[in-house]
Amino acid sequence: MRPLTEEETKTMFEKLSKYIGENIKLLVDRPDGTYCFRLHNDRVYYMSEKILKLATNISRDKLISVGTCFGKFTKTKKFRLHITALDFLAPYAKFKVWVKPGAEQSFLYGNHVLKSGLGRITENTMQYQGVVVYSMADVPLGFGVAAKTTQECRRVDPMSIVVFHQADVGEFIRSEDTLT
Amino acid sequence: MAACSVEQLLAKAEQEEAEKLKSISVHKELDLDFDVGNLLACDKNRIESRDFREQKKEDFLRSLARDNTQLLINEIWKLPTERVEEAIVAKLPEPATPLPREKPPPKPRPPTKWEQFAKLKGIQKKKKTNLVWDENAKEWRRRWGYKRANDDTKEWLIEVPETADPNEDQFAKRVKAKKERVAKNEFNRLRNIARAQKVKVPGVGLTPKAQQSKDELSRAVSVAKTSTASMGRFQDRLPKEKAPKNQGKKRKFEPLIGDFSSEKQRQLELLKVMDSKKPKLDITKAVNKQMREDDREEAAAKHKKGAGKKGRKGNMLGKGKGGKGKGGKAGGGGKKKGKPGKH
Repeated sequence: MRPLTEEETKTMFEKLSKYIGENIKLLVDRPDGTYCFRLHNDRVYYMSEKILKLATNISRDKLISVGTCFGKFTKTKKFRLHITALDFLAPYAKFKVWVKPGAEQSFLYGNHVLKSGLGRITENTMQYQGVVVYSMADVPLGFGVAAKTTQECRRVDPMSIVVFHQADVGEFIRSEDTLT
Repeated sequence: MAACSVEQLLAKAEQEEAEKLKSISVHKELDLDFDVGNLLACDKNRIESRDFREQKKEDFLRSLARDNTQLLINEIWKLPTERVEEAIVAKLPEPATPLPREKPPPKPRPPTKWEQFAKLKGIQKKKKTNLVWDENAKEWRRRWGYKRANDDTKEWLIEVPETADPNEDQFAKRVKAKKERVAKNEFNRLRNIARAQKVKVPGVGLTPKAQQSKDELSRAVSVAKTSTASMGRFQDRLPKEKAPKNQGKKRKFEPLIGDFSSEKQRQLELLKVMDSKKPKLDITKAVNKQMREDDREEAAAKHKKGAGKKGRKGNMLGKGKGGKGKGGKAGGGGKKKGKPGKH
């Protein structure tokens, strides 16, 4: 386990800011305790310093996970956000998409969101903006990337994709083995 | 004239013949000692110092050498000969003269760790029989090697012991243990050799093995390359050789539990820098805004058109993008409008 280097922090923050914008400050600087990011086996974990201090007592090969895993760095040093970060993205999300009850299951199975399944979308969403997907009951289901701007979403035909799927809570069952 | 010249020629020819014969047979007071196996001839005849002191010592030496060589060759001709590819070859006997050593005799090897221990404990080497009775095959088989008796590797059934993990692969475990034993033996053997020659053993992975893998070889190459006075900076590379990756200083990371507040500060500053770098005006935002305005105008125009046909002309003006035949189209016709800056 080690802290992130400057470049790694930058890559990660850039990725996070796509979803939560400037609210990353609230993750970094929290009133209720010092939380930090640490890298272990190419995965980034977000934990409080209490947990960090406890985790130092476990050897590297026996340590599987600490705190919450936000994502991992691929072999080419790109950052990939995992579904386990949803708990921290959802409250701070800038752009949200609500999905109709019928299309919920489709999204949870890993499919993209079509215009026909789109319930609501925040105004001023740019194209390829990171969005958090909610159900109509305001339950966060996952996150994705807006395929069209809000304006365009109004005009396109019902079978076109409006949100590209990136991660959904169904992954907790599907990729149980690879999620740490 | 011609006749006497012919006579002279004949006489000359006879003389030469005689000389030739003479040259084959050499007369010496004492016979030479021959060691034909080493092609050695020792001449014990006395040399007249008179011959040596004269000016003709070169000639004397030459004639002496010629005579002795002739005698040696006569000896060689006495040996049995055979014909090998158009050459007559004489079979030389065993060399009789013992030659002295070229190099000093080897020093006795220092005993290996095991030998020291055996000497200390008084363990004698037990002679082992070559063949062992194999119960399964009911015959005598060799102790180790090809088709050995009681071959461990050929067992098709291995019982899982009580204390072992049921999911463990016992066959793989056996193979791995064997590999480890072989590697350990090899390592000890090389260590004994190193100790005997008082040679310093290079670090792990650089001792030459029988089969070296690609990265072991590349590692050895890189270590060899950097072992120069200027740390390998001026060493030429082969034409297609790539620069080694993972070279250079080992990366130093921040300590795991460093100063949390300073870490926080650095991250906040990084965020600030990132924010400042983002462009204030987004082209897509601008386009969206424009599109929204156009939509609003369309709606307004339709509404007005619906209200009264009088204001048609006046409303046809619209802003720059407007006037393309709005009248007939509903709001969904907005696709026709150009979307600049989208790509």
